[in-house]
Amino acid sequence: MFTFAKAKLAVLGTGRRCVARRAFRGFASSERDEESSTSDNQLFDIIISGGGMVGTAMACSLGLDPNLAGKKILLLEAGHKKEMDRVPETYSTRVSSISPGSATLLSGLGAWDHIANMRCKPYNKMQVWDACSDALITFDKDNLQEEMAYIVENDVIVAALTKQLQTLTDHVKVQYRTKVVKYIWPRPYHVSESIPWVQVTLANGKTLHTKLLIGADGPNSMVRREAGIPTVKWNYDQSAVVAVLHLSEPTENNVAWQRFLPTGPIAMLPLSDTESSLVWSTSHQHAEELLQLDEESFVDAINSAFWSNENHSELVETAGSLFRTALSVLMPDSGSARQLPPSVAGIGPKSRVMFPLGMGHATEYIRHRVAIIGDAAHRVHPLAGQGANLGFGDVAYLTKVLSQAAFNGKDLGAMQHLLEFETERQRHNLPMMAAIDLMKRLYSTNAAPMVLLRTFGLQATNALPPLKATLMKWLHSFTKRFQPEGP
Amino acid sequence: MYSKKLARLAFGLLAESKFKCPLTRSASSRVNAVRSVCSWTVCLHHRQKNQLSEGFSRRLTCRNVRTVSQTTLDPNEVRKFQAMASKWWDLQGEFAALHSMNDLRVPFIRDNLLNVHGIQELGKPLAGLRILDVGCGGGVLSEPLGRLGADVLGIDPVEDSVRTAELHSSYDPDLRERVRYQACTLEELAEEEVEGFHAVVASEVVEHLADLDAFASCCQQVLKPGGSLFITTINKTNLSYVFGILAAEQLLRIVPSGTHDWEKFISPEDLERLVESFGFYVEAIRGMMYNPLTGAWSWQQSTAINYALHAIKCKEEFQPGQVWAESKNLDEPGQTTNYS
Repeated sequence: MFTFAKAKLAVLGTGRRCVARRAFRGFASSERDEESSTSDNQLFDIIISGGGMVGTAMACSLGLDPNLAGKKILLLEAGHKKEMDRVPETYSTRVSSISPGSATLLSGLGAWDHIANMRCKPYNKMQVWDACSDALITFDKDNLQEEMAYIVENDVIVAALTKQLQTLTDHVKVQYRTKVVKYIWPRPYHVSESIPWVQVTLANGKTLHTKLLIGADGPNSMVRREAGIPTVKWNYDQSAVVAVLHLSEPTENNVAWQRFLPTGPIAMLPLSDTESSLVWSTSHQHAEELLQLDEESFVDAINSAFWSNENHSELVETAGSLFRTALSVLMPDSGSARQLPPSVAGIGPKSRVMFPLGMGHATEYIRHRVAIIGDAAHRVHPLAGQGANLGFGDVAYLTKVLSQAAFNGKDLGAMQHLLEFETERQRHNLPMMAAIDLMKRLYSTNAAPMVLLRTFGLQATNALPPLKATLMKWLHSFTKRFQPEGP
Repeated sequence: MYSKKLARLAFGLLAESKFKCPLTRSASSRVNAVRSVCSWTVCLHHRQKNQLSEGFSRRLTCRNVRTVSQTTLDPNEVRKFQAMASKWWDLQGEFAALHSMNDLRVPFIRDNLLNVHGIQELGKPLAGLRILDVGCGGGVLSEPLGRLGADVLGIDPVEDSVRTAELHSSYDPDLRERVRYQACTLEELAEEEVEGFHAVVASEVVEHLADLDAFASCCQQVLKPGGSLFITTINKTNLSYVFGILAAEQLLRIVPSGTHDWEKFISPEDLERLVESFGFYVEAIRGMMYNPLTGAWSWQQSTAINYALHAIKCKEEFQPGQVWAESKNLDEPGQTTNYS
């Protein structure tokens, strides 16, 4: 079943690429708006639609690139400006796990300093284990010395990037509280009397023109929808419940915990020595029940989800321990002792929220004069904490591609270099998305054969250092550092 | 895409129209025939010249092209060329190879000019430099140079191409200011703009010229001392006959039959000797190769088929036929000896 899903993704992605490589990517309907003429001060080189983490990072990245100096860049955001002079007392519930590669990108943008000054929590170890057996896997850099990744609140990231953008106001403009109502796409051929740029109509009636439109407007992207880009998507029958947890006692909270229950994974991510963030993906019904519970029952549910062994069956336990013995004979140093996460005493006030989960992948990331990045192009299950990192990877690579194109005097909206961006990012993103989807399906059942399979798999991966090292390297390769070429 | 190209290779001798990519199918087969990798406007010139009577000069002036078009030129031909003029900017169309050649030409010109002049401004590396694009056609090469900050003047004898180029660049305010076009010949321009340009670019032009001496002399006239001359053209070798004429014209039909005359090709050594005799010294020659399967160009060691040349106009006063003799005394400037 999941091989079919993977194959479907692959075929749709690559097949379309092959066919479309030399053919132009036309739009289903391309209207010509002869009424509005191009007024020079409304023609931008790049417009970014959507000012979330990925959109704001894109604006910063383009603004700082030396080859794009002098280009007019505009960021459109429907919400208000997110400024943070002081971090609020309470933690916010939406957090992201930032990999070292993404941290490198953010520090290249000058935003990491602001983040470090505000609030972020590095963690050194991650333990992932099964509810149906004793199998577990731990990821850590040797001896817990180096940081594996960082947990940062989404608001903090956006505020830090916004602060950096304010230093670039000479050529990156931002318009807040601006909603786009219509996009009009250009013809790929040059037809006389028609405007060759993308036209963006705002809610206040103004029309802007741009040579390249970058869509960073989230999983329900209007840019993607209006461009008619087909998307492979399905809803998981799961919702995620997020909350801020108060731990029973202060601890050196530098481990991320994730347990795969049959209903879905429950994860506890460290925020500080006394607080952690909860992400519990479970069925819609159970999620609603959890939201209705009073605080004490909710806390009990969390603790029992992490600690209880009620899902263990005898067969699996016996098989699991036999396999572990066999592995320990072959590799005496392997295997880690199972640790238990800290217990929870309470939750942050009014901090329980739920949102539905789904998977989505746009079969094309680009059209003539359009590119989509971040969740607009790919939406994943939070179980691997990779959603934001894939988006930052898009930002880094697209900046590199546009920088090189500008240095070669190319039209920024031309398909040739946009195709290069799409090919490279799909090559990175598709395997990761397929793997996350596979994991989700693999762990959604407590049928004995699947449980045995994943038990053995997990134990083996934990026991064999080369396998684990390869897995770690693969996970971290998804946001490589990119250096743009230039003079 | 690959299968289409392979099919064309295999059945290259059959009628072209059957295997044409639907996106580029043109209305009439006569229009089909006029497809070109090179500056076809100059080749058009060549063909017009053959059709006209011997009264016209053999040099590539044809300054009467406008009067010719009104009197002796076939109105069908004019209509055909007008239709072709609008195909310049179809990136997957007849001129696809010229567009993809920009991946080599623009960095070549940019990097060599940066070596000589240094970077002028971040984001606009060629700011402040005046460049002349000879045989600009639809402006395929002029626009990227303009985007890099240079002041570009593109000239081409065919007015329709110039008009297409002007229209295409008129929408972009950056280009409107920096790129201008003129429908005239190099000789006409050389009379007005003496020592006016930092660089002259003649890409895919010299293989269609009858009088290379006049061309080189005009280039020398319009360039400032120390200015750069960039030429891309085809070598005169057996390999260029096989690939440039047999394969490109007859088998793959990338270029219409009769576009190139192998006799007109010039080897890099001859071209080097020619420009040196007009007061240039050749700074670089690099081989280029077109891959018809991927549609991409790449640099290569061998200059056997296509090549690019960069020459710099000598700064000192130089007469043709003059040779600088070594001076025995290092403090004295060299003595010139006139060989007339």
